[in-house]
Amino acid sequence: MKNDNTTIESFYQTMLLIRRFEEKCVELYSHEKIRGFLHLYIGEEAVATGIISAMKEDDALFCTYREHGHALARGIDPNLIMAEMFGKMEGCSRGRGGSMHLFSAKKRFYGGNAIVASALPVAVGMALSDKLMKRNRITVCFFGDGAVAEGEFHESLNLAALWNLPVLFVCENNRYAMGTGIEYTHSQTDLTKKASAYQIESHQIDGMDVEEVYAAGMNAIDTIRSNQKPIFLECLTYRFRAHSMYDAERYRSKSEVEEWKRKDPIALLSSRYSFVNIDKYESLIAQTIDEAVTFAENGTLEPVRDMHKFVYSPEAEA
Amino acid sequence: MKSEITYRESLRMAIREAMQKDDRVFLMGEDVGRYGGSYAVSMGLLEEFGTSRIIDTPLSESGFTGIGVGAALGGMRPIVEIMTVNFSFLAMDQILNNAATMLHMSGGQFNIPLVIRMATGGGKQLGAQHSRSLEGWYAHIPGLKIFTPATIQDAYDMIKLALEDPDPVLIFEHALLYNSKGSLDTSLLPLPIGKANIHRDGSQITILSYGISLFKALEAAEILAKEGIDAEVIDLRSLRPLDDETIMNSLRKTHRLLIVDEGWKSGSISAEIMARVNEQAFYELDAPMGRVCTEEIPLPYSYHLEQAALPQIDKIIAKAKEIMEGL
Repeated sequence: MKNDNTTIESFYQTMLLIRRFEEKCVELYSHEKIRGFLHLYIGEEAVATGIISAMKEDDALFCTYREHGHALARGIDPNLIMAEMFGKMEGCSRGRGGSMHLFSAKKRFYGGNAIVASALPVAVGMALSDKLMKRNRITVCFFGDGAVAEGEFHESLNLAALWNLPVLFVCENNRYAMGTGIEYTHSQTDLTKKASAYQIESHQIDGMDVEEVYAAGMNAIDTIRSNQKPIFLECLTYRFRAHSMYDAERYRSKSEVEEWKRKDPIALLSSRYSFVNIDKYESLIAQTIDEAVTFAENGTLEPVRDMHKFVYSPEAEA
Repeated sequence: MKSEITYRESLRMAIREAMQKDDRVFLMGEDVGRYGGSYAVSMGLLEEFGTSRIIDTPLSESGFTGIGVGAALGGMRPIVEIMTVNFSFLAMDQILNNAATMLHMSGGQFNIPLVIRMATGGGKQLGAQHSRSLEGWYAHIPGLKIFTPATIQDAYDMIKLALEDPDPVLIFEHALLYNSKGSLDTSLLPLPIGKANIHRDGSQITILSYGISLFKALEAAEILAKEGIDAEVIDLRSLRPLDDETIMNSLRKTHRLLIVDEGWKSGSISAEIMARVNEQAFYELDAPMGRVCTEEIPLPYSYHLEQAALPQIDKIIAKAKEIMEGL
């Protein structure tokens, strides 16, 4: 598949937005504007960018706690994401969620789930509802290599295959379940074989190459839409930063990190095409991020008296 | 329409009517279809509604409970049957981390209208792993509603109430109640969620219970009456929300409280009720509150030991007398 210039430039812009947004988050974290856990996606931008670019507006997505990139790629307003990180009422989850629980009904973005593999059954259930209601939309579920060791992964893939449900399972294999390498957690490190065992079409792709991810995502989504069966994509990728802000990274070598940084998805794309507008992109993105920070700073703290809202639906409380 | 039917039939009738009325309702769980339901609640429904609405699942509690969460998010009204409470622990992640939490975590964007039914309780010599009563444990969790239908009427009404609710509801059906018979009046308006039901008016002591314990409490009250003790017996009906108002109003009349709970004492719903009475009606009490709970052991297989461990009528009578003598 040959991508047109606009598509390629939009990949570049999205990946750069994610990178710069998260770099800003680190800075804000050190200034204690953002608290709690902060899991950075830096290095893995090509996966969310490629897959989400292949999705339609009315497709659903389910993500992990490392989901800033997915939220940005899906087009959730950076202002709302930043306000959420600041714990403000204007945030995309009203400040109730934080970095790990970004939600958007408008974008069909169902979180931000901080329990590894917990979103997989829910994503399968969403696809089941689409099938039962005869809606032609698909559900995309992102998760890491760590999730593949969980029972919920296996239960979900079995059922999605058994019931022919329109789900795209995207495994972001960054080689580490927090700090434990894949060779210490999986008896079979080729994760596509696990999906294949459930009779699911599976592909392993270079998750550092946004064009390859996009092509695989388009193919998979088209196939799912036409034959209503799940597909599994294992995207080989790497996080350049620590697992979270608390991680001293004792489990991997600097040379390994450096080696992967040479495959930086943003650098890879710009080496393939000579973008003339890089400076312009940088300044536009810097402006977007500045605006988001200002928006978040100026946001409101929800009154403590409203704390009990949303435990139950308002109509049930009446 | 009024009829004499079993608890099982009452549940089935409510599920069938809901499915006839609303295409979004479907039933999913282990052996609910071809087998007819482990407790035969769904017998015949597969033939009537087909495999797309009566869905047999593999033994994947977390998987299919999570699928229920997702289908609810997608606009369906799923009823997930978990064969017994004992297996629900395999689905704890989905019940607690997703169903109970997503509405709040998303700032009010995503409610989960999911109904989860499960059999509960001991007394059938099924051993420790098949005899638990942990509904009080689930009642600890904000975001869930916990229904414990005891009567034929509530078996019917609570399925309907749960399906009308925009949020997740767990229904605990005591396994020894499925064969019980009683009258069902489908023309009655259901007693709302969170309203306890006074089954027997009394003036001297309030006995609170739920599920199968209600019938033990009622029998005990009849015997106590013959001995001159006038007990009020209340069915809590739901453990979350708890009907504080009915409990405290009854205490203002009787000034004595006994709770019958098949759960263990420690950290139980009976403990929670005692704490609330302490907070809200301490000065109404004429005697220390008492409770009859299951002995704090995993339920043994042997008949005599199991029966000795569970709340029984004689224990309720003895405890009631003890409370009465407290003053």
